[in-house]
Formats: sequence, C-alpha cells, structure tokens
Amino acid sequence: MDFSLPSAVQTYRDQVRSIVATHHTAETMLRQHTSGTFNNPELNRALAAAGLIERAVPGLGAGDPIELWVLFNEMEKAGAPLDALAMAVMIAGVVHHVGTPAQKAAVIPAVTSGEALICLGYSEADAGSDLASLTTRAERDGDQWVINGAKMWTTMAHEARWVILLARTDTSLPRHRGLTMFLLPMDTPGVRVDPVHTMATERTNATFYDDVRVGDECVLGDVNGGWKVMSIALSFERGVMGGTNPGVPLLRHTMRWAQDSGRIEESAVRETLVRVAIDNHVAALLTQRSAWIAASGGLPGLEGSMTKLFASEAYQQASRWCQEMAGAQGLLQFGQSGAAADGFIEYDARHSPVTTIYGGTSEILRNNIAERHLGLPRVRR
Amino acid sequence: MELAFSADQSVLFDAFAQFFTRESASTVVRRAEPLGFDPSLWAALSAMEVWGSDASLADLCVIGETVGRSCAPVPFVEHAVVTRLLGWSALVAGDSIGALSPRPADGAGSWALVPAGAVADVVVGMDGDDFVAVTAPPPFSGPRNHACAPLADRSTRLGERIVIGDQADFDTAMAQWQVLTASTMVGIASAALEMGVAYVMQRQQFGVPIGSFQSVQHSLADLPGRIDGARLLTHQAANALDSAVPGACDAANNDITDSYSLAAMAFLFSSEIAADATARSLHVHGGYGFSEEYDIQLAYRRARGWALVIGDPAEVRMDLAARFWPSTAGR
Repeated sequence: MDFSLPSAVQTYRDQVRSIVATHHTAETMLRQHTSGTFNNPELNRALAAAGLIERAVPGLGAGDPIELWVLFNEMEKAGAPLDALAMAVMIAGVVHHVGTPAQKAAVIPAVTSGEALICLGYSEADAGSDLASLTTRAERDGDQWVINGAKMWTTMAHEARWVILLARTDTSLPRHRGLTMFLLPMDTPGVRVDPVHTMATERTNATFYDDVRVGDECVLGDVNGGWKVMSIALSFERGVMGGTNPGVPLLRHTMRWAQDSGRIEESAVRETLVRVAIDNHVAALLTQRSAWIAASGGLPGLEGSMTKLFASEAYQQASRWCQEMAGAQGLLQFGQSGAAADGFIEYDARHSPVTTIYGGTSEILRNNIAERHLGLPRVRR
Repeated sequence: MELAFSADQSVLFDAFAQFFTRESASTVVRRAEPLGFDPSLWAALSAMEVWGSDASLADLCVIGETVGRSCAPVPFVEHAVVTRLLGWSALVAGDSIGALSPRPADGAGSWALVPAGAVADVVVGMDGDDFVAVTAPPPFSGPRNHACAPLADRSTRLGERIVIGDQADFDTAMAQWQVLTASTMVGIASAALEMGVAYVMQRQQFGVPIGSFQSVQHSLADLPGRIDGARLLTHQAANALDSAVPGACDAANNDITDSYSLAAMAFLFSSEIAADATARSLHVHGGYGFSEEYDIQLAYRRARGWALVIGDPAEVRMDLAARFWPSTAGR
C-alpha cells in the first residue's frame, strides 16, 4: 500500500488550506450560526478564483477525484461549511455529463466561479429512503411541462440559482422508470420556498411547485431517465465530498476545552480524546481509499457506504462522549459565558443526529452492505 | 498512492492464505490446545523462509493477516520481531524461537506472562534500564489461558543474558509487535465475519435462512468497513515503521504520520474490531457459537488473548495521549 499524496495534490491541498484559513473566520462562523445559512460565499469565490473548484468538478476537472476529496476533506476538517458548495459541484459534474450545450454553458461557469448554488429536489414529505415512491408530477401540456408537487429538505433552496427536481412523468411505467430530472431556475414562477428550521440551527426548506411551466430546456438527461441521472450524481459523489470527518473539528474544539479547563490532565479525558482521534484517522483513510478507487477507474459505492456508516456513527458517539465530559458547561451554547469550547461542543451534540440520516440513513447503508458486499438475501421491495 | 495490497502483496497473501488453510486447519488449531504451539506447522512455516527474507514489516503484516485468519498455533508475531532485532541464524532458520516480554522484569528478574514464552529459546525484554536477550530452554508449558496462547513466566537470571539495547530500542520492537499483532487481528476479524455470513446463510429458522433477517444482516454489515479501516491503518503504520521518517502527531488536524503513534492506533483499532467481529459472529451462530464444536469460538478467544497479553488497552491509549499531548503527563 502507499498512502502518500502526489506532489501536485499536496500543492493543491496546501492551496485549499491556505484559502480556507483566510476566508473561514470566527465572523463567518458566527454568521452561519446566526443566519442558519451554512454557506460561505467569500470562501467559495476565493477557492474559485484560484481555480480550485474547476479542477475538482467530477468528470470534468483535471484533479477529479483525488482533488475533489482533498477539497472537501480540508474544508470539513477546518469546520468550514461545505454542503452547499458540494451540491453545486456535484450537479455541475452531472450537467457536464448529461446536460445540453445550453445547460452546460449556463451552469458550469456559474458553479466554478463560486457564484451559483444548486439545491437537490429529491426527498418529499412521504418519500425519503423510499425515494422512488415520490409523487411530484410533471405533465405534458403542448411543448411545455407543468410541474406540481412539494419537496422536503431542499437545503439552500433560498440561496440557490437552480434546483434539480426529480418528478414523475409517466405513471404507467414501473416507479423507478417513470421519473425525469429537471434543472429548474429557482426564480421560475410557481416555485415557493418555506423555511424549515432544524435543531442544529441550520436552515433547510420545504419547496412547493404549483403549476410551474417550463419547456424541454429544463429537462436534464432523458425524459423518464431521471433515476439514471440521480445515479450519476451519486456515482460522482463517491463518498468523498465531505461528511466523513466531522469528528475532526469536534476533537479540536474538545481538546481546546480540555486544555483550557485543565481536564486534559485526567486519564478518562485523555483516553476519550484518543479514541476520537483514532476514529477520525480511520475515517480519513477510508475516504482516501474511496478517492483512490475512483481515481483507479472503479466505482466505490459500497466502500463509500461503509465509510459513511462508520464515520457518522463514530462521530455521533464522539459527540456524546465530548458533551458528557464537558458536563454542565457542555450544555452551554454559543455566546454564553463559560460555554465549553465557546459552545461548539453543544453545537455538535445538536448537529450529529442528522449525520446518520441524511445522505443515506445508516439502515439503508447497512442494507446495501449486507446485500451487495456480504451477499446476504435481498428481503425488501 | 495505492490503498490496497500491491500486486506482490496480493500474491504473498494468497500464497500464505493457502499455506495456512492447508497446514493449519481448525483440527490443527484444536490439536495444539492448550499450549497453542504446533511444532510441525512451525517447521513448515519456517521452511517457507519467512524469517530470513528481508521482508518489510508491511509484507509481514500481509502474512500476519493470514496467520490471524487461521488462528495458527505459531508465535509468528513474537518470532518475527525478535528475528528482525537479533538476526541470529538459528532464529532465521526457525531452529530457535524468539519471544518479547511486553512488561519489564520485576525485582526478582521475572518476566510475567510472556507471549510465546512457553516455547521461546530467546526472550527479549526490559531488565532495569537495559533491553536484554536471555537464551534459555523453553518450558513448553504455561498457565492455561483464554486464547490457548503459549504464555509463560520467564526469568532474566536463568540462561545466557546479553544487553542488546536500551528503552528506545525496546519501544521500536514493541511498535513492531503492535503492528504485527494488529495484522493478525485484521485476519481474525475478517475470518470471523466470513464464518458468520456463511452460517447465517446456511442456518434456517422460521423456514428461511436467518441471514435474510434485517436485524441479523445489520449486525454484520457494520463490520466490513471497520475491518477495512483496520487493515489500512495497520499498513500505514507498517509503512511508517519501514520508512523510519519522522512524522507528525497533530491529532487536532487529523494529521498523524508518526510511526509509533500509528502502530499503537493500529493495535487498538484492530484489536477492538477483532473483539467485536468475533462477538457478533459468535452471537449469530446462536447456541452453536457457544459450543466447542464450531470454529468461531477459536477466533473469539484469540481475538482477545493475542492482544490482551500486553495489558489493558487503556494503557496503550494513555501512551498515545502522551504522544499527542506531551506537555502534560496525565495521571
């Protein structure tokens, strides 16, 4: 085995680190926790200006997939908001792969310049893990499509320029096959965004589509080929676009608390910090492996499932340990005098529950691993 | 960058996996109990010239995984460490067996519960400030133990004692012991998972294989990612020890490349997954997993025994903490 990064990748990593260190500041952190919008436009633009986003776009950038992994892992380790940028970069890759020339011309430069965000209109109120049961419909009316329905968890919809919207276009086909992906400008008449506030402050949204009329220029990929487009997006994500190292800022914050409070002297605290450090390290190695498999021409879908399962479960456990160690001070929130690690430990305890839910629940990941890796019988559907 | 076995390592893995499947079937493992040593398997393994080659620690970890997979009753880890350290021709030939005491000798010159101590002709370990090698005939017996491992108390005062180094040299040997043991733990965990999967596919209850139940599936589905992580970490540690380039210890930024830290991390993570994988696999075997007849109990006991011989893993975590946060001593 060989874990070393090629020198070009090391250079890329150092550039990302330097830009993140400059543009991810105490003020931008405060802003995201106050506003609930977890995105840093200045950081995105600075990364873009240095050409670092373009290099990483899946299937397009010269550095994909290794630099794609490095970009988002560096952002995540630093505690910088990355989900908004990750969605945009992933969809830019999908547009490059299946989009029309007009879609490519509109979307790709807008994303690689750090200007535009794209949100994901997949889940619905009654369609989560069983996504193929979705009921948002797009019906033909002459040369137009008329879209009606509602989506849940459309995070960043209130800032995004586009939504990629999975809608049912043919009810006569088996449910996976009758779906079409639309690339819809968010300012299209009939689109409404309602905020959904979460326990972790982060704002997400419900989005509503009432008689939204668009033409074929908004179809992304083939009509009734929406499931395939979504699969391309998943295959581009490969588990390397963040979400596997949230324990790193948690450990850093908890180390600071332990040092500030003098608790770093206690063996129970030291042991717990070591456990978290080891899990963080293993999560990073597993993520690097997914990137390497992708770089070698493979599709690390199962490895990505294993990594996300391990990393999110370990982070959730770590978050609980850290809050428990901090005791009453671990309950105090941002801005409160005496808050452990200025409130970051309390924040992680609010944020960590979502990580085993979004991006594939632990249960869905275990199903995948059991059926496709261990070869156990498929028992659902 | 290559985050899988190299082509050469794959060949090595296959060759030794076949060797141990052939030479160390569970009948051999069982026959070697309670001492935990099979002389003919040892002779056959030594004839493969594993000790004399200038194999890297990483390559030895590939072999170590196959040792763990078969629960082979040979002191692979201890002998490999001692042979790398001393290079004596009798050790290289396998005519003489080496062992490493993880604990320093007490005031009476006794090393307690030395792994492979029951069968080793040469025991190395700390005696006061000296790292010493003591050559003496092995007892070929020891206290009955959980893993049926060839443990025995050994003395620094019987036989021929020579000084071979200091605490730093011992620490290097111990790091190698940790990483090689980690490789055996990866092997035990992988084999335990495979045994569990095979059993739940074959065992029928309620008219279907129990492996079709989601609760059973999910218990096993947690394991492969953690086993893969343990293997990656073990090989990263082995590479770091092989290259002997100073590394970073920056836990706050998830940047740990220091070889001693990686070895301890690999040991801790791999032994934990081996303990967990064998427990889960045993559990899905139901009552049969608890019976002597099924092989999972062999793996279950070795997953604990081969690792716990160095003491409470909490102590290893505290050693790591001292590397990560050296400004404070801990207590």
